[in-house]
Amino acid sequence: MTDTLTPILTETWDLPQSWRLATYRNHGGYTGLRRALAMRPGAVIDEVKASGLRGRGGAGFPTGLKWSFIPQDNPNPKYVVVNGDESEPGTCKDIPLLMACPHAVVEGAIIACYAVGAHRAFLYVRGEVVHVIRRVRAAVDEAYKAGLLGKDILGSGFSCDITVHVGAGAYICGEETALLDSLEGRRGQPRLRPPFPAVAGLYACPTVVNNVESLASVPSILKNGAAWYTSMGTEKSPGATIYSVSGHVVTPGQFEAPLGITFRTLLELAGGVRTGHQLKFFTPGGSSTPILTAEHLDVPLDYESVAAAGSMLGTKAMQVFDDTVSVVRTTLRWVQFYQHESCGKCTPCREGSYWLVQLLKRLEAGQGQEGDIEKILDICHQVGGRSFCTLADGFVACVTSAIEHFRPEFEAGYHTPAWELLPYERSAKFTVAVPEPAPVIAPAIVEVAPAPAPEPAKPRRLGRRRGKGDAA
Amino acid sequence: MSGTSEDRHPFVSDYAGTGGIDESDQSTHITETTLAEMRELAARYPQPRSALVPMLHLVQSVDGRVSPAGVRACADIVGLTPAQVLGVATFYSMFKRRPAGVHHIGVCTTALCAVMGGDLILDHVCHKLGVDEGETTPDGQFSVEAVECNAACDYAPVMMVDWEFMDNMTPEKADKILDDLAADRPVNADRGAVITSWRNSERVLAGFSDGRADEGPPAGEASVIGLRVAKWHGWQAPMPKGGAAK
Amino acid sequence: MSEPSVEATDLVTLTIDGTDVSVPKGEMVIRAAEQLGVAVPRFCDHPLLDPVAACRACLVDVLDAGNGRPMKPQPACALEVAPGMKIATAASSQVARDMQSGILEFLLINHPLDCPMCDKAGECPLQNQAVSHGPLESRYDGAKRRFPKSLPLSALVLLDRERCVLCQRCTRFSEQISGDPLLALVERGAKSQIGAGPGCAYDSYFSGNVVQICPVGALTSADYRFQARPVDLASTPTTCENCAAGCALRTDARHYAVKRRLAAPDPSVNDDWNCDKGRFAFRSGHLDDRLTTPLIRRGTRLEPASWPEALDAAAQGLMKARRSVGVLPGGRLTHENALAYSRFARAVVGNNNIDFRARAISEEETTFLTWLATRKNPDWVDYRALDAAKQVVLVCLEPEDECPMIFLRLRKAWRRRGLPVTTIAAYASRGSHKMGARLRATRPGTEASVLRGMADAGQLDAGTIVLLGERAALAPGLLSEVARLADDAGLRFAWVPRRAGEMGALQAGCLPGLLPAGHSVADDKAKIELAAMWHMPIPDSPGLDTQAMLEAAAAGSLSALLVGGVEPADLRDPALAHRAFGKAYTISLEQRVSEVTQLADVVFPVALLEEQEGTFVNWTAEARSVGLVNPQAVAPMPDVRVLSALARAMGKQVAMRNMRNPAQARAIYAELDVRRGIPAPRPSVRPGPADVPRLVLDKDVIEVTLAGWRQLLDGSRCLDGADALVATAPAPVMRLSAVTAAKVGLSAGAVATLSAGDSTWTGPVEITSMVDDVVWIPLRSVSECGRLDAQPGDRVRLGAGGAA
Repeated sequence: MTDTLTPILTETWDLPQSWRLATYRNHGGYTGLRRALAMRPGAVIDEVKASGLRGRGGAGFPTGLKWSFIPQDNPNPKYVVVNGDESEPGTCKDIPLLMACPHAVVEGAIIACYAVGAHRAFLYVRGEVVHVIRRVRAAVDEAYKAGLLGKDILGSGFSCDITVHVGAGAYICGEETALLDSLEGRRGQPRLRPPFPAVAGLYACPTVVNNVESLASVPSILKNGAAWYTSMGTEKSPGATIYSVSGHVVTPGQFEAPLGITFRTLLELAGGVRTGHQLKFFTPGGSSTPILTAEHLDVPLDYESVAAAGSMLGTKAMQVFDDTVSVVRTTLRWVQFYQHESCGKCTPCREGSYWLVQLLKRLEAGQGQEGDIEKILDICHQVGGRSFCTLADGFVACVTSAIEHFRPEFEAGYHTPAWELLPYERSAKFTVAVPEPAPVIAPAIVEVAPAPAPEPAKPRRLGRRRGKGDAA
Repeated sequence: MSGTSEDRHPFVSDYAGTGGIDESDQSTHITETTLAEMRELAARYPQPRSALVPMLHLVQSVDGRVSPAGVRACADIVGLTPAQVLGVATFYSMFKRRPAGVHHIGVCTTALCAVMGGDLILDHVCHKLGVDEGETTPDGQFSVEAVECNAACDYAPVMMVDWEFMDNMTPEKADKILDDLAADRPVNADRGAVITSWRNSERVLAGFSDGRADEGPPAGEASVIGLRVAKWHGWQAPMPKGGAAK
Repeated sequence: MSEPSVEATDLVTLTIDGTDVSVPKGEMVIRAAEQLGVAVPRFCDHPLLDPVAACRACLVDVLDAGNGRPMKPQPACALEVAPGMKIATAASSQVARDMQSGILEFLLINHPLDCPMCDKAGECPLQNQAVSHGPLESRYDGAKRRFPKSLPLSALVLLDRERCVLCQRCTRFSEQISGDPLLALVERGAKSQIGAGPGCAYDSYFSGNVVQICPVGALTSADYRFQARPVDLASTPTTCENCAAGCALRTDARHYAVKRRLAAPDPSVNDDWNCDKGRFAFRSGHLDDRLTTPLIRRGTRLEPASWPEALDAAAQGLMKARRSVGVLPGGRLTHENALAYSRFARAVVGNNNIDFRARAISEEETTFLTWLATRKNPDWVDYRALDAAKQVVLVCLEPEDECPMIFLRLRKAWRRRGLPVTTIAAYASRGSHKMGARLRATRPGTEASVLRGMADAGQLDAGTIVLLGERAALAPGLLSEVARLADDAGLRFAWVPRRAGEMGALQAGCLPGLLPAGHSVADDKAKIELAAMWHMPIPDSPGLDTQAMLEAAAAGSLSALLVGGVEPADLRDPALAHRAFGKAYTISLEQRVSEVTQLADVVFPVALLEEQEGTFVNWTAEARSVGLVNPQAVAPMPDVRVLSALARAMGKQVAMRNMRNPAQARAIYAELDVRRGIPAPRPSVRPGPADVPRLVLDKDVIEVTLAGWRQLLDGSRCLDGADALVATAPAPVMRLSAVTAAKVGLSAGAVATLSAGDSTWTGPVEITSMVDDVVWIPLRSVSECGRLDAQPGDRVRLGAGGAA
């Protein structure tokens, strides 16, 4: 039996200068690459296939199988694109990975290039994380200087270049075809398939798009063998992965474990729900996956079991919410996220999210009208499976599962504002004292008003407009 | 300012003023050097158009926003029409139409951070600076923006300063950061480098190193909590059959 | 050329709503549904644009994907047919019905209630499909997106972003079809909208097409807005008169006044498109200067007269001139009217002094056109031939300006299958870039040797088509070279005139050595046969061409001129033309007051194109019908009717017998055997030595070779009245290479002047990669830059600054 936690990718994250080549090499870094270069490219693909590694970007598609789709008889250059556009709410594993150990991703990308016959990889990193980009660029520079990139790598005759490319703030660019369009210098809008990226991807050339964590897992598979990888996890979901636990737990963070660990175990390892509170609901794989509740604590967190429980493993982003949290508030805020991030190309996502935000907002404000919930569910029915890409399916999952599990709370929106039912300040991580006027540090032309007369202590209402029924 | 606070996420349906960049201000600081750097960026890709987003970051680092001159320069170098460049410049959230402040403050208000206190912090910061969400202080020092999930959920609530991580935020911590920045005292990101400026960050994003990659810790506490727990229990990954390869 | 037959093995059979249908492999399900007559709602789909599957209105239920398993709902516009596929649309599936209703509901939630004031109402796909496939009532009680209304994208096209359903047909058309991506989707999500670049208007030659294909009233025409409702309009199919492409148009008139013209679908010529000139330039006949009565010159003034008076006066003038008459029909007539002039010259006047070319010409061109018209088995090139060509070479032809449908066709072939296009020109125009054309940079006048060089190098093979324009007349030896290659090496080529009436006039025999239906004046047998049909002897010797007629008239040796639609400004020497029309007894058949009418002795008001029916023969030699749009015009007198009446007034009605209206003229032509006689010889002009300008050192003035062509939107009078269209015309610039500019100290944007004799042209400079010591200007441009009395290939002087 494998241990409860199995640090592989995270193993070096507590070492000083863990991001440097020297540190990485001291811990077996680039051994996988050496091994790969001594094999036939086809054999590298077979090894990754045999390991059962599944894409860690949410879809869980077998990585080796994806590599094998690249047609070797296509005359066009082939490309490997690393998807570092981690933006799914709740997901927070790729960014720390790139910051702490970018070489794992670099090595994985080179191995992937070798396996599929590509000589150029692009590392697409979201733009809102400047320090991650510094670390990644520095790692690529180090690799070049050490002869791990460029011409004739390690004397193998294989040449490979990596270009680090930066995004500019669009969640939709995490979708692989939208990412390719963004990488081509266009708006990040998903593409029609067919043709599939494997045949016509970047610049209409055969392209493999892999998640950061997927590629970071490849070096260890090549180093230790596929059998080692399948000795962890379950039969259909082999290996280990990074589970992210955030929210109302005592010690949120990253927990690398074999697939199949239960949420109960993870919750315990994260210190449990914060003191004095109960678990209310959680997401197994980011906001695009149907929420689960305490009755799902023992579901093994692998792809099949979570699907059987009515949700999706997704990016293994466990967002934990306790009893202080208004489901209506979080659902609204997630749908506002999706509406803001919708690319706007297709009707149901663009208009559906626009409509849903308004309906949820009035439920949040206690101004819902009879029939709003049915309308919301009907809109979800019209959107789900009808859109161009799965962004819309994400908010549909979010909304329908929230109503399924917490319908009475939504119904309360017909008459009571959510912040009255569950005062918002109670869910904050820090204690909210009665506020004093904060000093204004903007320009001198604004006169500092004299301190107003003290009012009786009243909890602050957060994040909404003055509504009817306010006493103040 | 006690008692109530404004709705920082109002539903907006009036889109007057959208669809373009601010053409009333034709000023620019783009020089021949900037153009040469743009061409250099274009040369890093098999097809020059791929450099468009990095080039727009470079324009922002020079002009503080996507300027009309910047759009034209990008269009010329990449071989597109200004309309096509505008289509890209207006698609992505990081591209600003009005000049950003010296420092850009991004408070995450996606569901988890909001619930963990992000809404409160955004409110607090807006009140402190005397501006609304999305605005820049009149002295040009700070812009405030509600941002979406920045992949640091285990450090919620999160605030980005010039796109550097400020983790586990509280209103008091926000006060300290803003006061220090306003007074030109050095401020270090929790998981990053010393705070320089939004324009400097934009330049790094465009593709020009500022040499600070080695600043900051490898990871934050939350990132290594699992590793620590594993070590405490003596848990590790299985050994490969025949030992690890060397 | 007939369609290649589709073999049975290329067809795929699928089932839609229980009925089988077979369509070619690679087709999309939505096309198969159309074939069955099944209505599938759609907005973003358009048969000529690559599918985007954005609107999702065409979602269908896929009961069987052809592999025995169902699929989740798919957009029919992007779903390729597969054998054994089973599809259910709203006609047979409640699921599909609900899906489509849902999508339409979504589209309507933000759609403004503008129908009462929206141009599109009554012919609006959103209205129609909402009624046929949408929900009965709206459940939406939220806020609708608001944008400021009616954003001008250009002087012609207005955008209403509230109405836009983001189908992206306009952006895709602009990017794919016309190659002018001046419109793009901007913003993201609910804020998505169509936008133009900062400071850039949507000044594409094809901008009107997006108004036509917009499925809602988001894009409207400034030219047409608020003027009519579809129910008011009577539609007439017709052919465009603004160039020789032969585009099919649909003219919509309200109370017999033309309100707008749309492109009619014709895959063999213009697909679903037309250019802005064809679409919007139809107002020139409705201005204050329209001629309504005949005029007779008495003393120095032209006075209104009755038809009998004017006909008598003209008849007397012509009879006094006897055979000393020249006929200048102009290049814009219908085929029937041109035939009338041709017959008038031969049968009524009794000579062969007729020439349709109201522009700069050459004897070489005269010989060439006569050879072309009389050639046996001429193997005309058509649009389909361009689709299938292995290579296209353009010489003295700028398709985007001079024949836009050729441009669209070549661009389409280049995009679809990489058709190589080569252009022999002074510089690579914007249109050239959009066709991926390779430039053979050539000094104007030396095109012949370049083409010969290509032929000698084996580059003009059996799959090559050469396209020549009207400027080929000005390149010595070029037409001879083409004719030689055609006769001796089987080169396929086409002569593409710039005007709609020139090919028809050619077939009608409106040249000094050419008789109707492709017979040479030198062909005795043909003359005898024609004389027998027309009951008048056919004059023996070839007549005078345009230049010779004007010179003779100005010198006094040609007594009378019978003139159709001719503008002196189009001719090589307008001053000569003025003298000619002033001196000779000039009879003008015109629609509007013009320079010629002001000099004429008798003026007859002829019918506008919309007041007659007829035929234009396009550059592929296909006869295209012109429809009668305004049957209510009071006694319309097309040229044929005027000439018939004039013959009668001269007592020579026999000479014009049975030719009093276009239908009769057409019947007369149909009686003629086409091209049965002796072919005329081809020209054999050798190209002269490459004429290198001599540097004239005189205060920074140098000699250069002039290059230029007529842009689509130029100073032509046919654009009068179409103010919005004219406002989109490109600003005139003078193009020269950096080397040339440096010789006279010019930088970009500086003003420079070209001069020839006393004439000058002044404009801003644009440094362009092109042949040195060549300067390009737009000929007869919209703005007042002056008028240079020189033709492409001539030597002119270049100097910095304004006109001295």
